[in-house]
Amino acid sequence: MHLSAEDFQAIALTLQLASVTTVLLLLLATPVAWWLAHTRSAWRAPVASLVALPLVLPPTVLGFYLLVALGPNGPIGVFTQWAGWGTLAFSFWGLVLGSIVYSLPFAVQPLVNAFEAMGPRPMEVAATLRASKWDAFFTVAVPLAKPGFVMAAMLSFAHTVGEFGVVLMIGGNIPDKTRVVSTQIYGHVEAMAYAQAHGLAGVMLVFSFVVLLGLSWFNRRTNRRSNRAHEADA
Amino acid sequence: MKSRLMLALVSVYFLALAHAGEVTVAVAANFTAPMQKIAQAFEQDTGHKAQLAFGSTGKFYAQITNGAPFAVLLAADDETPARLEKEGVAIAGTRFTYATGRLALWSKSPHLVDDTGEVLRSNRFQKIAIADFKLAPYGVAAMEVINKLGVQANVVPKLVQGESIGQTYQFVSTENAQLGFVALSQISRDGRITQGSAWVVPQSLHTPLKQDAVLLNHGKDNAAAHALLKYLQADKAKAIIRQYGYAL
Repeated sequence: MHLSAEDFQAIALTLQLASVTTVLLLLLATPVAWWLAHTRSAWRAPVASLVALPLVLPPTVLGFYLLVALGPNGPIGVFTQWAGWGTLAFSFWGLVLGSIVYSLPFAVQPLVNAFEAMGPRPMEVAATLRASKWDAFFTVAVPLAKPGFVMAAMLSFAHTVGEFGVVLMIGGNIPDKTRVVSTQIYGHVEAMAYAQAHGLAGVMLVFSFVVLLGLSWFNRRTNRRSNRAHEADA
Repeated sequence: MKSRLMLALVSVYFLALAHAGEVTVAVAANFTAPMQKIAQAFEQDTGHKAQLAFGSTGKFYAQITNGAPFAVLLAADDETPARLEKEGVAIAGTRFTYATGRLALWSKSPHLVDDTGEVLRSNRFQKIAIADFKLAPYGVAAMEVINKLGVQANVVPKLVQGESIGQTYQFVSTENAQLGFVALSQISRDGRITQGSAWVVPQSLHTPLKQDAVLLNHGKDNAAAHALLKYLQADKAKAIIRQYGYAL
């Protein structure tokens, strides 16, 4: 298996994109998930559905809307131009924005589950001990929800690495800026360079398998631990 | 008497149905609009039905060599049909050029593109879209034009690539790129540019965009496939093809 310099460039860019996206996504998804896990508002169902939309929408739909929205006359484009950033299509940050939308449910859902599983008790106890809300959140809720955070991070990262349709629609295939592994593989296939496509596709396959394997090991470990904790409680 | 007439009519109808065939055609993305119109006329005139699939020629190549059930390929180039023929996937001797594509530099804003392409030397744009210049014939031709005009230094750093000519059109039409090299067929009807400003690139600036059709093995015994290839070379189809800005 041989990978070209361009292939490595695409791999590096993909890892960078997935890392930046994962960090920003966790920052964004945490308050959203917290709200979803605790609110009794009538807005809960609509917001939850909105967050889950990228799960079911074809990436071409997301990509098309993003392309129109990012354009100079689209709502995002008007804002970014006003802010002095120009338009974001065909740029690294445009891809970051697209990836955040695309992977949002993969970050929010595990966090909602973790916050819900925690129940109201720990925060109530923290409040009776006079911990401020923020203090309680960071010293009680975050450590308790750690498995949720790990899962959200791993899923967001892996899902962003596997992103294709959205990148194709708003990327413009610029080496070192928007040409990620999936679009590079697509280019190889289109160019009938099947040997090169195999090399890079193999890397993707192994990576994805390892991430999923890691996730299921991690799940088993945390389940066993919480079972033990429950037994100790009893 | 009446019932006999009915019977005759019904049997004629079923005979016609039995005779009418169906042909699945892989069509280059840039030829989408004219082919839809041709397929309609073809169905009216012959009774055969043409099922159209649109996409990039590279993808069709991969699908066809892996057994996709297309009977006819209308490619965006002349190399792919020749290659399929050489590899024994297409029927030898059935290739012909059904249209010659024309390249246009196009912008949605009405005054950006002048009719000699001088805009390429200016800094009145931040992004210029072309089809993938390693893969798509229209991208290859666009790159030839850029090189021939000697504007690489000004243009190449601003290049964004569409995966196909269809996507390149999208980039320009959403104005994420201020201008781009698209197929004339995408922006003109009856010899007129439908919106914005455009420069129809002289064919002397690039290798001719010959688009070839070929009968694939899968369509060897398909009467509708043979009829379609014949129909594409008849005057009615040719008129439609010209209408969409192709040369013949």
